[in-house]
Amino acid sequence: MSTIVTGSGDAATRGTLAPARPGRFTLARRWLAPIRTAQRLPRWTLYAGAGLVVLFVLLALLAPLIAPYDFDQFSSHGVRFPKQGHPGAEHWFGTDVRSTDVFSRVVYGSRTALEVVLSAVVFSLLLGVPLGLLSGYSGGKLDRLLVLIMDALFAFPYLLLAIVIAFLLSDRLGSGVVTAALAITVVYVPQYFRVVRNSVISVREEPYVEAARALGARPATVMSRYVFHNVVQSVPVLATLNAADAILTLAALGFLGYGIQPTVAAEWGYDLQRALADAGAGIWWTGLYPGLAIVLLVLGLTLVGESLNDVLNPLLRRRRLEKVQLPPRPGAADAAAPSPGPPPDAGPGGRGEP
Amino acid sequence: MAKAQTTSLRSYALTRLGLVLPMVLILLTMVFVLMRVAPGDPISAALGGHLSAEQLAERRHAAGYDRPLVVQYLSYLGDAVRLDFGNSVTDNRPVTSIITQNGAATLELTLAALLVALVFGVTLGLVAGRLRDTPVDVAARLAGVLSYAAPVFFVGLLLQLLFGPMLGLLPTSGRASPGVTFALPTRTGLMVVDSLLAGDTYALSDVLRHLVLPAVTLGLLTGGVFLRLVRVNLLQTLRGDYVEAARARGIGERSVVVRHAFKNALVPVITVMGLQVALLLGGALLTEQTFNWPGIGAQLVHYLNNRDYIAVQGIITFFALVVVAISVLIDFVNAWIDPRVRYT
Repeated sequence: MSTIVTGSGDAATRGTLAPARPGRFTLARRWLAPIRTAQRLPRWTLYAGAGLVVLFVLLALLAPLIAPYDFDQFSSHGVRFPKQGHPGAEHWFGTDVRSTDVFSRVVYGSRTALEVVLSAVVFSLLLGVPLGLLSGYSGGKLDRLLVLIMDALFAFPYLLLAIVIAFLLSDRLGSGVVTAALAITVVYVPQYFRVVRNSVISVREEPYVEAARALGARPATVMSRYVFHNVVQSVPVLATLNAADAILTLAALGFLGYGIQPTVAAEWGYDLQRALADAGAGIWWTGLYPGLAIVLLVLGLTLVGESLNDVLNPLLRRRRLEKVQLPPRPGAADAAAPSPGPPPDAGPGGRGEP
Repeated sequence: MAKAQTTSLRSYALTRLGLVLPMVLILLTMVFVLMRVAPGDPISAALGGHLSAEQLAERRHAAGYDRPLVVQYLSYLGDAVRLDFGNSVTDNRPVTSIITQNGAATLELTLAALLVALVFGVTLGLVAGRLRDTPVDVAARLAGVLSYAAPVFFVGLLLQLLFGPMLGLLPTSGRASPGVTFALPTRTGLMVVDSLLAGDTYALSDVLRHLVLPAVTLGLLTGGVFLRLVRVNLLQTLRGDYVEAARARGIGERSVVVRHAFKNALVPVITVMGLQVALLLGGALLTEQTFNWPGIGAQLVHYLNNRDYIAVQGIITFFALVVVAISVLIDFVNAWIDPRVRYT
């Protein structure tokens, strides 16, 4: 469905009815076409969000090169850093109560955040998507049971769930990246489950699935070859939005003291908790910078997710209107001559508002 | 016709109530399993190291933790249904009294936050929807996204910095000054109501001043959700045929928007308010930690840190029951307002 619309939109913007030029980048172009043809606002927000995300990915990858000190380093050449020192040339973002450099912790914090969130999203995809496929496709008692459990998980205050899981796991796995990621995973599995299951249920009755079944395809084949591809389209948007949410959950865990311990890695939520005691004394730099980092990363991911939704979802998408350049008519000089070419308004449908 | 409708509302209510039981059962089972997955039984987890092995065994026996798991599970279910959550291990406080005393603080915070959220979210949402694609709309949407992207405790921290040390305007910690807390007679547990009942204007202003920052912090979080929702709903409503019809009848645009579109755009807010309970409770927990608010979330963290599983189990069970109760309530209200809900 979306590829058809995309292809025609692509052709329309170039003002010809020729099929997309075959070449090396056909696939990439087809994927990117909705972005090119999107309206200005969603495109800008997409770029802005992607820019923010790329910035943090670079910070995370190049952390040792960018950060002047290690995340738990409180002295250099035998000289201890000042405690809660003002931002200055030595320490751009100042130092905190343990004399560590706030800037370095913010930079290393992006590494922790991305590690945890990436693993949490992968874990929940690996659990939620297959469970949703299975539940939606098989139906019956299994489906009803899974739906009940997932609904219960979904209804439960997510933060409480994450706290309790993190607390219980920390005894066995320690308070590291894996524990935090698993605690967050439990929160997001029900969402993937729901989305995938609901779309499986609507796809299941489509004629092409019926046809595959009638041809004698085994359930595994039907699921992997016919149902899966039509169902996963909503997953990227959800995954991006969940990643944003996961950053917040990780920070909340850290803030409450159930996240990653300060000796293991730098984590923004923990830093904010320590900064709370500073706020009363008017020390603003220990809290402001980690907090801003959270806001910007979440903002970036949210913008990417929501504008992807605007751009990719055929129901929401509004294309920008473009001038159609008509192909020159053979008998353009005498306007009375009937043109053998395509009628001028032959631009394929689907342009403009759906 | 009227008869058919009343029947359907009643049958809807019965069906909905029928779904509550399995939901409650699954939630309670989940809580039980979670708490028993924890290493060690509740008694040795909380008191291990403080008491001798015999004393521990005695306490375990008294509390029934040497019984088979199935028996423990059934007795837990029975207790939960009777709303009896036992006594905390560490300070032997009835969990029910933790819930009523600290729960009142959470309730006060949550209600105040909802008020802030409705005023902030609905107003901005309506304005943004009315002025679609103008700079006002863009700004309001940005505010909506930012209120989501900023963690509650960061917003709280910034407000504390601004109104505490920098401006010195508002208190940043606790529910009231110590003197007021001491002098104010407790009737409802909601200090605003209590000070009103006592006719104590000094206490009232003190309590309200303490309430402002936490309520705004939590309210902004929820308000952002309302903002986006109301905006989108208003856009959809404005496209409706009856709005077009009202315009065609020559009714002024202002009146069309205010009298015809607003009301219908607000109905879905009620539904989402139900879904917001989980967000609100999580947000309340963080807000309480940020502002030293003696609510039930803060108590949960306190008991979790002390490994008091009985108290933790009781509080979580209570949360689960609250979530179910509110979702049922919201569904009823919805079915009552919007008859279409009943026929699905």
